[in-house]
Amino acid sequence: MEVPATASERDAVDGLLGPPESGWDGAQRTARDGRVSFGGFHMAAAQRDLLLPALHAVQSEVGWISRGALDYVCKRLGVPPAEAFGVASFYALLSTEERPPRVAHVCDDVCCRPHGATEIVAALEAAFGPAGTVVDGATWHPSPCLGQCDRAPAVFMQLAGEADAVLTRTNGEAVVAMLRGESVVVDGQPATVVGDLLLGRMGTIDPTSVESHVANKGYEALRRALEMGSAAVVAEVKASNIRGRGGAAFPAGIKWEAVANAPEETRYIICNADESEPGTFKDRVLMEGDPFLLIESMTIAGYAVGAQRGYLYIRGEYPAATALLQSAIEQARTGGYLGPDILGSGFDFDIEVRRGGGAYICGEETALMNSIEGLRGEPRNKPPFPTQHGLFGKPTVINNVETLMNVPTIVVEGGEAFARIGTERSAGTKLFCVSGAVATPGVYEVEMGTTLGELIDRAGGAVGDLQAILLGGAAGAFVGTDMLDLPLTFEDSSARDVSLGSGVVMLFNESADFPDLLRRVAAFFRDESCGQCVPCRVGTVRQEELLARHLTSGRPLDRALLGEIEEVMKDASICGLGHTAAIAIRSAIDIGLLETV
Amino acid sequence: MSVTATAIQITIDGRPVEVAAGSTILEACRSIGEDQPTLCYLENLTPVNVCRVCVVEVEGSRTLVPSCSRLVEDGMAVATDSVRVRHSRKMVLEFLASSTDLTTADPVVAEWMDHYEADPDRYGPAAPPSDDRDSRATGHHHVSDGLAAETVYQPAKIDNTLYMRDYSKCILCYKCVEACGADAQNTFAIAIAGRGFDARVSTEFDEPLTNSACVYCGNCIGVCPTGALMFRSEYELRRADLWHEEDQTVTTTICSYCGVGCNLELHVQDNRIVKVTSPLDHSVTDGHLCIKGRFGYEYVQELGDLATTPIDIVLAEARTK
Repeated sequence: MEVPATASERDAVDGLLGPPESGWDGAQRTARDGRVSFGGFHMAAAQRDLLLPALHAVQSEVGWISRGALDYVCKRLGVPPAEAFGVASFYALLSTEERPPRVAHVCDDVCCRPHGATEIVAALEAAFGPAGTVVDGATWHPSPCLGQCDRAPAVFMQLAGEADAVLTRTNGEAVVAMLRGESVVVDGQPATVVGDLLLGRMGTIDPTSVESHVANKGYEALRRALEMGSAAVVAEVKASNIRGRGGAAFPAGIKWEAVANAPEETRYIICNADESEPGTFKDRVLMEGDPFLLIESMTIAGYAVGAQRGYLYIRGEYPAATALLQSAIEQARTGGYLGPDILGSGFDFDIEVRRGGGAYICGEETALMNSIEGLRGEPRNKPPFPTQHGLFGKPTVINNVETLMNVPTIVVEGGEAFARIGTERSAGTKLFCVSGAVATPGVYEVEMGTTLGELIDRAGGAVGDLQAILLGGAAGAFVGTDMLDLPLTFEDSSARDVSLGSGVVMLFNESADFPDLLRRVAAFFRDESCGQCVPCRVGTVRQEELLARHLTSGRPLDRALLGEIEEVMKDASICGLGHTAAIAIRSAIDIGLLETV
Repeated sequence: MSVTATAIQITIDGRPVEVAAGSTILEACRSIGEDQPTLCYLENLTPVNVCRVCVVEVEGSRTLVPSCSRLVEDGMAVATDSVRVRHSRKMVLEFLASSTDLTTADPVVAEWMDHYEADPDRYGPAAPPSDDRDSRATGHHHVSDGLAAETVYQPAKIDNTLYMRDYSKCILCYKCVEACGADAQNTFAIAIAGRGFDARVSTEFDEPLTNSACVYCGNCIGVCPTGALMFRSEYELRRADLWHEEDQTVTTTICSYCGVGCNLELHVQDNRIVKVTSPLDHSVTDGHLCIKGRFGYEYVQELGDLATTPIDIVLAEARTK
């Protein structure tokens, strides 16, 4: 039974898709519609990837997705309502239950938690009641890491009919005021950014202006690449030995070569900007500070592997970076740096920005592809790998923001020069997100091989008595001070059974409540599991329960059973989320962080 | 012209096996009589490899691989009974049995649980049913004290006279969604909704089936491995403790409604048709039927409908026929 959409719901969808053409796709039925049919299956299949953007359009405008709105989206796109509901209900930022126009998502994750989030939550509970209570058109919910750990505590505001906003270094008073509709000064202070190679231009260029980019050597690398030819660019990237900066550390050149040599001619580039690993904010800082360089990097990648189109998938909680990138893409098109016949070379390439919907799992490369395609963000089984069967089933290069942004340097300076930076097996510099109990939280760029202790010194050293460091994110491990001599390279970290992950270095001192933090990590993985495979769907629940049972009732911790759960998640889960969901907790127990109980 | 598939050599538990290229590891195992446990796999559906009970160890692979969908490669060395394999299978079965009602699942599941020494009780007593599983906020959950093991227990959904849905028994194998969708019926009345442990099979906004796109073909029941989806007749008989599978006969016939020629298997108890299936390997149906073949049998017996008539009246009538 169809429920009609309201005028504002229809307007939100039509604003994205344009007006409907006939009674078949949502317009008023006319006599002609009874005699003519349009599109059918192929039309619907070709538009399926607009499902998430259409749902976002309704959510942003109206504040939630009603039955009528969902039906209208389905009619416009030819998607079955049950499937569209399955997609809408997958994402935490989309609501299929009525929700007020102002919603505060309060980060209560491992970094914000000891740095002000607890006070904000207390203030909101006092003013509004428990999470989810609606008072005068506003409500609040706790949220996983918002990628603002350098400016903790942070709150993401979803405001129906207005642009979303992020409050950083905020407090309970400001969040309550904003929820009551009062205007609040949003802290726009940039993070501390220290570095020379990738971060050298930060602060000196204007992220809103293509002229500023061009005046600071912008598009030199693209021109150079177009002169060199695509095969030479792939060869330089291979020679650079650069490995992925998103967490998996896969050699980028191998991916590029595989796609460049693929038999199929339709190919894609994806920039993975769904930075959601708790403690990670480097990609946000890069995108907010230097968006044109990322667009240029993607263009070079597209040229090198023979792709016609690039997708930039950015997490939904990054409204500032999203707006900057959209503007950068427009300006690049106007300047002839994107679109048909780029810089007169005959190379056609364009980039589309896609917003995530609040799902950590969509940072997994194949889940991200499914998300773009308008499916639920469930990871695919591999093989086949994205280089053979990626986005829309076509050969696809997917790289992290930081990885891609190294490409212009590699093209201009040469792959060999890049490979000489760092160590033999870990080439280049690496950005680290230093946060928590540290003098100056921020993004620090260091040559690979710098030790963990040296990195922390660059950030002014620990505040208080350093107890532990979360290295690599929630999917990484807690390490003790005995790890300060660890050279930050892929090989040294793996030799010592830890991972650099996405570059998280989060410090905890004597004031940290580790049992509470570990329960938050366990809750995080349970909330963010896509639910597809049994080991992760149930394993993350059982892990959280075992920990809770120990901490709330004082029963001895069943470490053997925790170990068995870790093993099945690591061995039999489909993707990296399940593979790593137990590591942080186990590592913390291993170094004695639970023994204070 | 005939095309011969290239033969591929692999070993399974040390035994050399030759199979056609393009075969899955599961097919290779079955070719030598070494069947593997499967829950989300069915011959007539596209493998989704989500249950992970069929995982095997492949030499050189960091993680275990799903045998139902991984294709064989030349020289592959497969172990189906290694310590890692046995552990993962045991845990998957424990996870399912501790969170789901498996009382009407295929009896082979209990055999596997014995074989792999699964002990679902070690996660604590089962949490009681909840009535909010269709409205939980994505990405949030109630923080528990961990004393009870979370379950998917919930009230059964009964919204029509042909079949019912008891999602307390749902292991989320995706089979019903596939059968309702592109693998058979192309109706798309149900899909997976929500996320994580709150993921579930649902119509849009949990609408009753009568408000959904459902055409009552019953192909979702045909593929369900746990009895979460069930004929109303079977459900009512079970509820009255009158379901006696050992007394049932199964008669194969051909559907009389149209000219397609679908094979029907009529399950008869007390001289009454209580369920209709079709053989998975039947060339016409692949196990799938339409509403008429699946549910349109009352004209044969003209008995009261179990969903609307008290059960003793129906049975008394059946016995006098």
